[in-house]
This record gives sequence, structure tokens and C-alpha cells, in this order.
Amino acid sequence: MWDWIKIAVLGVIVLFAAVAANWARDLAYQVHMLIIMAVAAGLFIWTVRNIDEPTGPPGHDEGEYMDGVIRYGVIATAFWGVVGFLLGTFIAFQLAFPQLNMEWTQGMGNFGRLRPLHTSAVIFAFGGNALIATSFYIVQRTSAARLWGGNLGWFVFWGYNLFIVLAATGYLLGSTQSKEYAEPEWYVDLWLTVVWVAYLLVFLGTIMKRKEPHIYVANWFLLAFIVTVAMLHIVNNLVVPVSIFGSRSVQVFSGVQDAMTQWWYGHNAVGFFLTAGFLGMMYYFVPKQAGMPIYSYKLSIIHFWSLIFLYIWAGPHHLHYTALPDWASTLGMVFSVILWMPSWGGMINGLMTLSGAWDKIRTDPIIRMMVISLGFYGMSTFEGPMMSIRAVNSLSHYTDWTIGHVHSGALGWNGMITFAALYFLVPRLWGRERLYSLTLVNWHFWLATIGIVLYAASMWVTGIMEGLMWREVDAQGFLVNSFADTVAAKFPMYVVRALGGVLYLSGALIMVYNLWMTAYGRQAPRAMAVAAE
Amino acid sequence: MALLERHKILETNATLLLVASLLVVSVGGIVQIVPLFYIENTIEDVEGMRPYTPLELAGREIYIREGCYVCHSQMIRPMRDEFERYGHYSLAAESMYDHPFQWGSKRTGPDLARVGGRYSDDWHVQHLIEPQSVVPESIMPPYGFLLDRQLDGAHIADLMSAHRTVGVPYSDEMIASVRADFLAQIDPASEGYDAMVARYVVDPDPEDGTDPRNTVVASNPDGQPGVSEMDALIVYLQMLGTLVDFSTYTPDPNR
Repeated sequence: MWDWIKIAVLGVIVLFAAVAANWARDLAYQVHMLIIMAVAAGLFIWTVRNIDEPTGPPGHDEGEYMDGVIRYGVIATAFWGVVGFLLGTFIAFQLAFPQLNMEWTQGMGNFGRLRPLHTSAVIFAFGGNALIATSFYIVQRTSAARLWGGNLGWFVFWGYNLFIVLAATGYLLGSTQSKEYAEPEWYVDLWLTVVWVAYLLVFLGTIMKRKEPHIYVANWFLLAFIVTVAMLHIVNNLVVPVSIFGSRSVQVFSGVQDAMTQWWYGHNAVGFFLTAGFLGMMYYFVPKQAGMPIYSYKLSIIHFWSLIFLYIWAGPHHLHYTALPDWASTLGMVFSVILWMPSWGGMINGLMTLSGAWDKIRTDPIIRMMVISLGFYGMSTFEGPMMSIRAVNSLSHYTDWTIGHVHSGALGWNGMITFAALYFLVPRLWGRERLYSLTLVNWHFWLATIGIVLYAASMWVTGIMEGLMWREVDAQGFLVNSFADTVAAKFPMYVVRALGGVLYLSGALIMVYNLWMTAYGRQAPRAMAVAAE
Repeated sequence: MALLERHKILETNATLLLVASLLVVSVGGIVQIVPLFYIENTIEDVEGMRPYTPLELAGREIYIREGCYVCHSQMIRPMRDEFERYGHYSLAAESMYDHPFQWGSKRTGPDLARVGGRYSDDWHVQHLIEPQSVVPESIMPPYGFLLDRQLDGAHIADLMSAHRTVGVPYSDEMIASVRADFLAQIDPASEGYDAMVARYVVDPDPEDGTDPRNTVVASNPDGQPGVSEMDALIVYLQMLGTLVDFSTYTPDPNR
């Protein structure tokens, strides 16, 4: 019965997508409808061919973890990571050498379209796939239960990656609603909402049927991440579509209200997607790799509730001295500074987990990656509150300093903890004794670390320099520098930044090779993970 | 601590944990966002503000599509250097018809909130074709392809209707005559031109006998017949920040 409904729904989707592609008002929408049509048609045929095939009695696979979808997630994470880093490196070179914005691309290769592609590729494609894959791994192990919902887990994986393909092709073809980190248009947003609800169901369903009495701390963070991102996504994407046959839509809010909503969303994309979610990863993989229990259970409780309560207030620090009323930006500043404490509480809880096993920093390159990622987490969660102070922000806002800050968090904290998790997962998921090469992990570690240092340092220099140059006045009260002067002055540091990107990308490529050889190279397989009891 | 021991209740009940987390993360947003729809200085009316004309709106679509907001802000802060470089600080009301807002977050290029009227149309055309030919230090990408793409204004009426749905005061007349207005703005000699201006001009006091201030810029930047994307974008840029007359504006002392 269920198969027949599926066939009917898919058939309707194919038909609608075909009609919509025909009547499309813009190229992005047309291409998207063709993609949707192809995907739905493929699923239609696949469902028809498999109809009434015996699948075994219900619950026959309850005794084992569902790891297939996690293996796909690991591959997608590594793939999108390389794509995102490559794009980032390319647009970094574009800023140093504008000739790289090539005429023949008709705007598709210009910085303005590639920059959203880069940010979405690293945050949502690389980070998002990493979060989905690791959360599926963590929730099964810590609940001692198979993923809830059968193939719903697969739907989440493929649905999420379809969202990424639609978003990415949309940016290139000029479909954007111009809200940073929320650029995809209305129908892509609707699709993500469906996928995200399925994700919440799978995750919550698995926790519900857990065999452990307590919900492990990593799952608190992951649950808060999933539910908060749902809330942020829906409110920030309230739009009226211009037409059902076009990609454009009009935001419901405007001006100040829209700005406040956007940065409430934008800062908490950092706070929940890139922090709470990744802290969930940290709370599982650090103790596992170190072979030690989490340092303090009570600190986890305080850390969790204070972090999620405080983070949501921090948005207005993106709007200091704008038309946003002062009381709102003051609230944003005060809460951002207070947020320093729970952030460092999390860092301390992670780092102190190693007490008694500090020697592993010397002997285990994966632990070293985790430690440096926590180090960068601590560094950028100090830098952030500092930059949110109004006086500092008056200098740093609109400059490259912000870009440097974001990247020390993203490359240092999110990147490094994800690499560590991938190194942890691949041998276990593919049933291998160990990684292909620890020497290569070491190479990756140093290339990435030096890359981040070059990146962050060059952006501090350009950011503070341009901030000071913009406000410099002479004795008569005239501005000393034209805007163009400040652009020219930044050139050397832009080259250094791009080279930092090259190093970071090289490290990631080494990782991909290492993981590939671990999974598919010649090595004796080891016994698969034990069944869930 | 007894309180921490009670945490066991949340820790062993997934639904409770979910609901508690959702409540905790809702507070900040409600406190910060909801008042902005009601308090005076975020919903104030400022003289001169009017909705975008069809051509300006089409230009704004190009601005959004090409990701101009990625490198250019439209939000001048109340600081000495910004006043000298860009002009009067931006008012909340100046973006009241921006769905979504275009304040930006980064100045890889200069702020554009008051770029309107600052450069000639010819300068803009040359600058968009090859930025480095007029500003040698510039790292802006070239946008010459905008010259080759013609706009017919076919779907502008729908775009304006959608804006009206979310509260932009477009009248029935404006929506009905959108195609004509779209074409009239690049040609001041055309017969529909005066009617178009009359629809978009703001007259705060119709009784006082003076002519209202006309902020509708008529021009055909690329000099070619028809409306190219270049025309639309430049017409949009040329009106940015020109709506409010700061020679007569008195700021609210409470701000």
C-alpha cells in the first residue's frame, strides 16, 4: 500500500516539475525543476521495479546499527569539504587578483555569486553532512539502538544533499534572496524544512527507543541544534513568492525588523549549527579517542543550558551603530560578553577530559587535532565577545577582521574537530584495523594549522589597518585616505591569506587520500562493530 | 547542588528535554525582535520616502542577483569619517521598503547608501564594464554583460504585487500601469513620462501650492534603445539615498 502511495506522489511531482520547467520564468528555476523531475522520475522507476519485493520480516535488522547512511555521510563530508575549501581559495585569489573574475562566465564566475557558494558549501554542505553523519553515529552508540524510522535516515541524507545541489546551482544561476547564509529561495527552503523535520524525527525517535536510562550529553547539544535551527530557518525565511513558476520571492519583513531577524538567524547559525552541533561531536569523540570520561558532568549541565540560552541574544552585535535602536544592540553586546563564560566552560570540559592522558597529544595525532580545535574554539570565543563590544566593533565592523574571526572559528574549530571525527570514524565504519597512515595525519595537522595561522594573522593585519585608514583624519579634519587607497594597501595580505587557503586545502586533499586508502586500500579487515544490545 | 540533581528528570525524558530547550532558545528572539514592530523610532515615517518605481525595483533585482550586498553595505554609521566619506547616517525609515534589507555586513567596496547622484551615468556604465579603468586600485568584478541583456518588464507587475502583499503601498493605479511606467522612466520625452512621475512623486502637503520634490530620476544610462539590465541597475544606484531631503530633515531627539 505504502509503495502505491509513493508511486502516486512521485508521479505527481514528475508531472508538476515538467510543467513548471516549461513555464519557468527564470533559468535557475527551470534548471531546478529539471533536476527535481529527473530525481523524482528515477525514484519512480526504482519504486516500481522494487514493488512487492520481499524485505524480510519487520524488525529483522533491529540488532545492528544502521551504518550505511553514515558511510555515505562521511564520503559526502569529505567531498563537500574539498569543494568548499577549493572555492574559498579561489575567491581569496579573486580578491587579490580581480582578473580572475572572468568575462566569459557572464557573471557566473564573479565573486558576488561564488562567495555565497563558498559559504554554503563549507557551512551547510561540509558542516551539515558532518553533523548529520556524526549525529547518526553518536545517537545510535549512546542509545544502544538502531536508527529510528527505517529508510527515513536515507531520506534525510539524500534529501539534504539534494537541498545542497539546488542551493549551489541556484547561486551560480543568480537565484538568491540576498540574506547571508540563508540565500536559497522559497521552494528550496520549503524542501529543507521537510528534510529537517524528518531529521528531527529520526534523531528524537532513536533517543526515544534508547536502552540507556540517561540521554548522553552529546545528544542534548545535537537535539538543541536541530530544533533551534528549525526555528531560525522558518522565521528568517518568511517570504511571499512572486510566482509559483519563478524562483523570486519577497521577504515579509523589511528594513530594521528584517535586519534584526537576519542577524538573530545569522549569529545563531554560528551558535547552533557551528557551535552546539559541533559541541555534540566534541562531547562524544574527545572522550572516546582519549579513552577517558568527560571531565565534569555538572559543568556539562551548566555549559549546555547557559550556552543555548545566551547565544540566541547575541545577534544584534552585528548591527552596532546602525539604525537598530541602541537598547537592542546593547543587549546583544552584553549577552555576547557573558557568552564568553559558557563557551570557555565547554572548552575546559573538553580539554580537561585529557587530564591523565596528556601524553596522547604527543603520540596521537587525532587527539592533537581535537586539542587544537578546542584551542581555536577558545580563541575565537574570546575574540568574538571582544569584537562585540561597541567601541571595538566601531573599528572592526565592515572590515576583514570579521572575516578572519569567522575563519579561525570555522577552519580551526569546526574544520579540525570534523577532520578528527572523520579519522576516528573511517576505520570503524569500514571495518579496518587502523588508519592507512598516521604520518599523513601529521602532515594534514601541520598544513592546516599553518594555513589557519596565515589566514587569521593576515586578516587581523588588513582588518585593523583598513579600519584605522578609513577613520584617519588630518589636522584640518579632512580624510587622509580615499577608499581606493585602503583597497590597494591590502593587496600583500590578500595574497598571504590565499596562500593560507592553499595550505589548508592541501591538508584536506591529503586527508581524502588517507581516508580513501584506509577504506579501500589493501589492509586486513577487522571484525565489524558489535551489535546493539 | 540539589538543582543539578533534578536535571535527571530532563535527562531521562526526551520530550521534556526538547520542549525545555525550545523554550530556553525562544526568549532572546522574542525580546529583541517583537518590540521592533511597535516602537516609534523603528516604524517612524520620514518625509520623502516612497516605494521604488518599477525600473528601480528591476534594478534592485539585479543588485540582489549579482550579490552586490556581499561587498557593499548600505548603512552609514553616525561617525565622523563615515559622515565625511558617505554623508548623513542612515535612518531606519530609509530601508522601510527594502524586502529584504540591503544593509550588508562588509565593505570590500565602499558604502552605497547615498551613492545616488554622486557619479554620472557614463561613469557608472564605464565602471561596471571595467572597474579598473576608472578606479585603478579596484578589485571589483566586471559587469559588462549587463549591457547585452534586455529587460521587457513582463513580470514586474507580479513582483510589485508581492511587495504590496507584504505592505509596500503600491496603489492599484501603479500596478495597472507598471509596464508603461517601466518603459517611460528611461525616456523623459515619452508621453507616459509625466503620468509616471506624478504617480511616484511624494507631496507631503498638497495644499501649500509649491511643487512637490521629484526624486524620480529619468535616464537611459547606456544610451541604447530599450531597457538593458545595465540601465535598470544604474537607475537604482542613482536613486539610493536621494529620497530623504537632509537639508530639511530634523532628527528625533529621542534617538
